[in-house]
Amino acid sequence: MKLRFNRKQLCIPYAVFLVCFVIAPLIVIVYYAFTNGQGQFSFSNFANFFSSGNTMGTLLYSFALAIVVTLVCLLVGYPTAYILARSNFKKKYVLLMLFVLPMWINFTLRITALKEILSAIEGNISAYPFLNSVIGMTYDFLPFMILPLYTSLLKLDKSLLEAASDLGANKFTVFLRVTLPLSVPGIISGVTMVLLPSMTNYVVLDMLYNSTYIMGSLIGSYFSAYDWHNGSMISLVLLVIIFIVTLVTNRFSDKDANNRGAVL
Amino acid sequence: MKKLYRALALTSAAVLAGSSVALFSGCANKADVVTLRVCSWEEYIDLGGWDKGELIDIENPYSEGGIMGVNSMVDDFTEWFNSTHDYEVKVEYSTFGTNEDLYNRLSLGDEYDLVCPSDYMLMKLIAEGNYVEYSDTFWDEDIEQNYYAKNVSRYIDGGNGEGIFNHQFTNPQDVWHKKAACYMWGTTGLVYNPEKVEHIADVSTWAMLLNENYSRQVTIKDNVRDAYFSTLGIINSDKLTGGNLSASQRSAILNDVDSATIEKAESVLKDIKENVYSFETDSGKADMVTGKVIANLQWSGDAVFIMDEAEADDTELWYSVPDECTNLWFDGWLMLKNGVEKNEKLKTSAEAFVNFLSRPDNAVRNMYYIGYSSAIADDTVFDYMEWNYGADEEAGQTFEYDVSYFFNEQKLLEVDAVNFEIDGDGKINRGRQLFAQYPPQNVIDRSVVMLDFGDKLSEINQMWINVRCLDIRDISPVTVGVTAAVVLALAGAVCLYKFRYKLFFNNRPKKGYERVS
Repeated sequence: MKLRFNRKQLCIPYAVFLVCFVIAPLIVIVYYAFTNGQGQFSFSNFANFFSSGNTMGTLLYSFALAIVVTLVCLLVGYPTAYILARSNFKKKYVLLMLFVLPMWINFTLRITALKEILSAIEGNISAYPFLNSVIGMTYDFLPFMILPLYTSLLKLDKSLLEAASDLGANKFTVFLRVTLPLSVPGIISGVTMVLLPSMTNYVVLDMLYNSTYIMGSLIGSYFSAYDWHNGSMISLVLLVIIFIVTLVTNRFSDKDANNRGAVL
Repeated sequence: MKKLYRALALTSAAVLAGSSVALFSGCANKADVVTLRVCSWEEYIDLGGWDKGELIDIENPYSEGGIMGVNSMVDDFTEWFNSTHDYEVKVEYSTFGTNEDLYNRLSLGDEYDLVCPSDYMLMKLIAEGNYVEYSDTFWDEDIEQNYYAKNVSRYIDGGNGEGIFNHQFTNPQDVWHKKAACYMWGTTGLVYNPEKVEHIADVSTWAMLLNENYSRQVTIKDNVRDAYFSTLGIINSDKLTGGNLSASQRSAILNDVDSATIEKAESVLKDIKENVYSFETDSGKADMVTGKVIANLQWSGDAVFIMDEAEADDTELWYSVPDECTNLWFDGWLMLKNGVEKNEKLKTSAEAFVNFLSRPDNAVRNMYYIGYSSAIADDTVFDYMEWNYGADEEAGQTFEYDVSYFFNEQKLLEVDAVNFEIDGDGKINRGRQLFAQYPPQNVIDRSVVMLDFGDKLSEINQMWINVRCLDIRDISPVTVGVTAAVVLALAGAVCLYKFRYKLFFNNRPKKGYERVS
């Protein structure tokens, strides 16, 4: 018997995955977020979230950390991606490989190595928790910023740049008025890929001795005290925030940039 | 010790053990095979594979030629059980990382027959009724194979109402005796590097954590219970070191979960957070060995491990039990209700598992492998201590170290004096491996068992969150203002950029023209 699948049937494996590991957990989270210890419907977790100075403070801290990390990644990543995209063919792939290579190594290993390097530079690294977290996360997420920028800069039509120069724009104007606007999809994509995970990646903080909680560790601390309800509410609010951030960033990206998903 | 290398093999070995056991039992009649599901701490049992040089050369009444871990303990148990019983057992051995992890797994419906949580988690599970008592035959000391009942230290769990397991901490039905069997026990204290500590008195108090001379040089565990206990030690330092406290008064002070106390602890812990190197989850051992920190709050068993590791690196570390108090902890085997209750064979095999681990030579194997102290007090264990820590010919000054309280009879171990620091009153409060493994009586006198927080757990957890999180109300308005300004400016910049054509360039159609979309 010949096995034949139509297109719809080919989706089944992913659909199963989606239901088991995305939709079902989400339902559980929503259930726990809106119930109390006795299993009754309750808004108290929701109220707790917004009335607690700690949760709001942690949210602020996570955002501050994530924004700083994203900015640093952007400032480091954009020139790099620009140079990469513009360099001659042979060197380019070697250079690109150098940036992608760290991603092949487990990130806890990389952070452990970074810890030793920072200790050698700073002496007692626990004195600079915020700085170290920024460095660690930048180290971790930089490739996620460079790659989308690189792809969007690479597919930039060179004739546009030539046209701009022909019409009398100097190099700076060309960059500001042509290159930068056309690489916005890459920037948005890179920002999304760095900003969102760096809000919750508490392993980096743990490993670099930052004792202040961010959202991820706060959720964990509720779970380890068997408080599934408040923990789920925080996860849910975080999910909504991430959703809003994605929505907003998508509005600012070009509508016809469909292929920015193909960054990796 | 080669614990670290072996730990790497842990997962694979556990899986292999499971499957090889399955292979052996395959030939027996299926109805006669019971599956014992055991869940214990990671790195908490001998996995075998010792080098020849690791032979513990002491008299072993249970087999020829000293004590040696060739196969894993679980395999040895299966072999022993299957050869001495008329049905066979298959062990599914799994591990957990924290007590809370185990509890969460149980409440999510994972089923185990035998688990090995710590004291307070035993309390919680017992209070919830999720256990089966050990049978009466388990306690019959006349039966050859009842190694636990015969050999457990009376100090821990005595048959006639002695020992910690018989203590009524809260109410009579919570007595642990017969409900749980002790596996390992120990204290909490500070591991420190004597060369880097200015005054030795500094490490004799939990206030070391607040000592500004060692700012950012001491680590504490990322664990609310240990942090809270040492904080209570700091807060009540005067009372605890003043003397004349009965054991129950001491226990009451260190198990105080009054809201006012929690509030006080919160402010002290916030200061601790500012002063310590970090709240470490697993890095404390390595940071101590590499010299990043000079002192580290540790459990005695891990302290032994760290001291051994550092010794291999030519660093000498010591263990100090602060003068205020120490947390006497133990991990015990509890048979869970949903697994064992209706299955006599399973219960027998679970009890046999505990007994097998309690056989003195096996207790020594586990002790050697993991560095913790077993609850088993027997001549073989004492011989092992002597073999390991006894004074040799090269020792200069020696003295007799008293461990009688644990071994139930007058037991003095001749040890090298360089491994202990004897204070003016003849008491020992700091020492090396043996001191950490078997603290002297004066340390035991100030030890307290830390009970379950009960319904105060959420309050204490909230306190912990308050300590660890940035509170928006604590941030200065300037910082908030600057942050808000930066965020607004960024958002504004993005908006300006997005609508730059509308705002800065006149793209209205010329007169007479219309725009086509």
